[in-house]
Parts: sequence; C-alpha cells; structure tokens
Amino acid sequence: MNKTLNRRDFIKIMNATTTGVAIVASGITLTTFASVNEIPVTNKKRWGLLIDTNKLTETDIDGMVNACQQEQGWGTETHSTASQKPGWIKKLKVKDKATNKVSNLALMCQHCEEPPCVDVCPTNASMKREDGIVLVDKHLCIGCRYCMMACPYDARSFVHETLNNQKEHMPRGKGTVEACTMCVHKIDKGETPACVESVNSEAVIFGNLYDESSQINQTLKIIQSSQIRSDLNLNTGVRYSGI
Amino acid sequence: MSNIRFEQIEGKSLGFYTLITGLWILILAALGSVYYVEHYGHFVTGMNNRIVWGIPHVFALFLIIAASGALNVASISSVFNKKLYKSLSRLSGLVALSLLAGGLMVLVLDLGRIDRLIVAMTEYNFKSIFAWNIILYNGFFVVVAIYLWMMFERRMDKFSHKVGLVAFSWRLILTTGTGSIFGFLVARQAYDAVIMAPMFIIMSFSFGLASFILILMASYKWTNRPLGNIIVNRLRNLLGVFVAAVMYFVAVYHLGNLYLAENAGIENFILFDGGIYTKLFWYGQIILGGIVPMVLIYHPFTKGDRSMLGLSSVLIIIGGFVQLYVIIIGGQAYPMELFPGKEILEGYGDIAQYLVSLPEIFLGIGGIALAIIIVTFLVKFLAFLPESLEDDLTDSYHKG
Ligand code: SF4
Ligand code: SF4
Repeated sequence: MNKTLNRRDFIKIMNATTTGVAIVASGITLTTFASVNEIPVTNKKRWGLLIDTNKLTETDIDGMVNACQQEQGWGTETHSTASQKPGWIKKLKVKDKATNKVSNLALMCQHCEEPPCVDVCPTNASMKREDGIVLVDKHLCIGCRYCMMACPYDARSFVHETLNNQKEHMPRGKGTVEACTMCVHKIDKGETPACVESVNSEAVIFGNLYDESSQINQTLKIIQSSQIRSDLNLNTGVRYSGI
Repeated sequence: MSNIRFEQIEGKSLGFYTLITGLWILILAALGSVYYVEHYGHFVTGMNNRIVWGIPHVFALFLIIAASGALNVASISSVFNKKLYKSLSRLSGLVALSLLAGGLMVLVLDLGRIDRLIVAMTEYNFKSIFAWNIILYNGFFVVVAIYLWMMFERRMDKFSHKVGLVAFSWRLILTTGTGSIFGFLVARQAYDAVIMAPMFIIMSFSFGLASFILILMASYKWTNRPLGNIIVNRLRNLLGVFVAAVMYFVAVYHLGNLYLAENAGIENFILFDGGIYTKLFWYGQIILGGIVPMVLIYHPFTKGDRSMLGLSSVLIIIGGFVQLYVIIIGGQAYPMELFPGKEILEGYGDIAQYLVSLPEIFLGIGGIALAIIIVTFLVKFLAFLPESLEDDLTDSYHKG
C-alpha cells in the first residue's frame, strides 16, 4: 500500500492542487520526499536528535525556536491567540522535585517509532517514513485533531487561520494539523535540521541512530540518556541527557 | 400486534408549522456559523492547540451516544420479546436514526477541512478507532433502516427479531467504539481507562431513553393522542435504573482512578480543585443530572406525575451534556504528565483555557434541531406512531 513518491512528484502535486486540479491518489501515501538522486529513504536509517540539557543554554533554545520558525514559516499568524498559534518547538523549564535541579530543554515532535498520532489518524494523513520521521500529509488531513488528542508530547498544532507567504517546501494549510518535520526537506538533501544548525555547541546532535559510526550513535552508547515518557514505550527518535 | 394501529400525524396545525420553522431557523444558524468559521478560520472559535475538541464535540458525542441508547426500546421489544414495547419500536428506531444524523452533522461540520469529507470516506486507517467509528456509524444507519423496514412490512415482521438482534449488537459495538475514542488515549490521565467503553454504553441507555421519553410524550400531547400510564410507568422505572447505573459507573471510574497514584492529579482536578470543572461535575452532573432526577423518579410525591418525568428527562439530558463537557473539555484542560516526578516551571503544564464561542454553540444546537426536524417530518409522512397507547390497549400486551 505504501508507494514511494519522489520529491519532484510531491512538488508537482502541490502545484497541481493550487491550480485547482484535484488529484485523488487513493491508497497512495506520501511516505517520502526524497528523490533517487538524493539520499534514499530506507528503514536502514533512523534519524534522531540527542539534546544534552546540561550544555543547552536558554539562549540556545531561543535560537532553536527562532531557527525553526524562520525555516518553516510558522508563528507569524496574525489573528490567532497565543494559545492558538502553532508551536512546533517549545522551550521548557523543568524542576526535579527531589533535588530542585532545573533543566531547560527544547521539546518538539519526538518522532516516535510507535507514534500514537499515526495510529489514531483516520485517513492515514499522519504517517511515519521508513527512516522514522513522522509527518502529516496535508492533502489527506481532514482536521479532525484526533492526533492532537493522542500525542503525549503536545507536539502538534492546528492551523487556525488562512496563511500566506508560505515556504515552498512547507505547504501549511488552514484547518490542518502540523508538527516538527525534523526539517525533512533539508535532511533529504544531506543537510542538518535548522534547529540543530543554530546551536553552536555540541548540545544538540543530529544523525542516524542506527549508524554505528555516527556521532549520535556513539554518544548514546556512552552517556546516560532518556526518552520523555519512556513508560509509554514509544521509542522516540529524540533523546535527552541530563534530565 | 394486529390491534395496534400506526398512523401518521396530521401535521397541519399552526403549532406544527411553528415548530418546523423554529427548527429550520436553528439549522440555518448552524450552517451560518459553519460558513463564518470556514470563512475566517478557526481562530474565531474558543478552540486552541490544547483544547482541540470543544463544545461541538460535546454536542456531537451526546447525540451519537443518545442515538444508540434510543434504540433500546426497540431492542427490548424484539430481542427480549417484550410485547409492551413493540408499539414503540418504530419510534425508537426513528429517534435513534435522527439523533445519529444530528450528531454526525455536528461532528463533520466541526472538521478543520469539511471539504475533504470524501477523503474520510475513502481513506481508511484500520488501526484508527475513529475510522472504525465512521464505518460503525454508517452501518448503524443501514442496520436500523432495515430494521424499520422489517417493522413496517407485515410480511417481514418474522425477521424483525433477528434484525433486531443485529441492531442491538451493532449499537453496543458502536457505543463501545465511541467510548474507546477516549479509552485508548494512553497519554491522557483523564482517559486511558477500559471502563470508558462500558460507561459510555450505560450513559447511552440513560441519555437515549430520556430523549426518547421526551419525544414520545411531546408527540402524544401535541397530537392529542392517548398515552396510558402503563407504558409511561414502565419507561420511568427503566429510566430510574439507568440513571442509577450511570452514577454507579461514574463512582467506580473515579474511585478506580483515585486508587492509581498516577491519576491523583486529574482526579483532584475534577473532584476538588478544578474550578469550573469541579463545579460542573458536582452541581451539574451529579446533583442536577443524577440525584434530582432520581428523587423525582422515585419519590412518592412526584412519582406519578408526568411533568415530573418530563423534568427528570430534561435534567438527565442536561446532566449528560455536563458530563461530556467535564470528560471532553476537562480532560484536555488538565495538562498531560510529561515529566513524572518533576515540576514544569515554564512552557507547558498550566490548565488550558477554553472559552465557548457562539458559532460553536449554534453548530451544536443545529445538530439537535436536525434530529428533531427529522422526527417531526417522518412521523408526518410515515406511520411511526400508534394511534393510541391507552392502558387497556397496552395492558393486553403487558399481560400477553
Ligand atoms: S511526538 Fe506526538 S506527533 Fe510526534 S510522532 Fe510522537 S505522537 Fe506523533
Ligand atoms: S487532524 Fe489530520 S493528521 Fe491528525 S488525525 Fe485528523 S486527519 Fe490525521
């Protein structure tokens, strides 16, 4: 059932829809944006992030949030109230009740291996790519918001108003749901997610969790790290250390 | 059966046309609201990124739940072969279908992308309980429609027992499905409990019967048809049992939750310090929607009074709305436990705010209006209602 479309096809579909040509691709799920010339999407890879809260400063987090907004174009909504505006990445301050240790961290879609948002989505609009990145297909999303009810990380946002000046790689749409894409459009070109790029230290590491030679894999082998709500067994792609 | 005569209502009086006109206005107001929200965007609603299901969902789920419960009267008659209820079966099926239509209207018109309804109908993720529900709802229409046909066609009457059984099972599965929408949300302390499914079933019995009783009494009163005490008393007793059962399930649900330390937060929130939600729970759901109707139903002073039965039914319906409000909105307002053992100082963790907006309320009321208008029209054009439900007529069934 999962057919792979390449990036060019994807953009073509986008354009086609805007010119009013309806494409009903029933049974086809946009599982990938990557084209053959670029890095192929396979389940041999699992993209992930490691966030070291001991190294991550508050300024770093603000920078990450900004970089994400710039890259993806969210947050400029003019009519939505603060609680209605999308937030793909949040700055959180967490205090340990026993030790009073305060950690700052960035919280985005955790790109769960067993994503509840994908399970509950009635139309298959929420989907997980072979390489573990969880996305929303904007053409299939009917805006039922069940995925938002199901996500344990409050990671998804609903677009409450008409948008303009959107980024070409991120066709957002009123009445649909969106979340961090791990900058899939950059990853597929071999680049790094915008939030990771914005941090100058080693506080955020991006890479292929499965690749033994990758920095993220090696670091995860030697340090203590955790998944948020690990009790839910979702096996998240985003890991944290220092909390 | 042969001496029960089903007959259409006249539907020519001033009252009838006033009712229809009033309902149309409400439906148009709902459609106007939908247009308004669509045109401007959902920022005009009270919904936000924390409270993603607002008051329209409360209305929609109430109607859907009540729909399956309204079919009970027919089920009792054909599944358990209670002849007394047979005279009410047709109306029971009709009320069930109408309530479901109203509920689905609200649910569908509340989507972010109404224009993509076709996607919802053609793309199914079979892992999604929501997708199952779409199938269950559509199936309910078909099953109940066939059931009604069996009841209307004398030749088919012999099948009505079997079809009734199918309809009965279907409605149980349907409400289980509706309850499971919440029961499987592992991330949320307020939900994620297997008991949600049976609790929704028993809620459906109660809300559905209350709606049915009101429609029955109104249609007999407004058309000057005799409605005897035997049948009314039967329904009253049944209603009392259902209300008690709902209260029992609510008690078990909360006690069970209190027992689990991880749910202490949400329980405290709903039961003690949740502000508006706590007030709604105790005053709206428990006292107004549970205890008062029980007293009215069972107290010797009010027991025999039909208007008191009507009042109990209205209170049960209001209490039902409040209950769903507390479950749906309260459950979302309370933050998810992101870091057990830790306190979130900034960024998340506050109680989410929700301010009901007028368009959302209009949409919800439009769903109720649609349900009532369907009943009103169909009883005019098809023989749903027995001409009389007088005691000596029903008595023979009672004994028979
Ligand atoms: S964090 Fe939420 S949105 Fe992201 S994959 Fe997990 S459940 Fe889905
Ligand atoms: S809002 Fe969209 S992505 Fe989320 S569950 Fe509904 S259809 Fe799927």
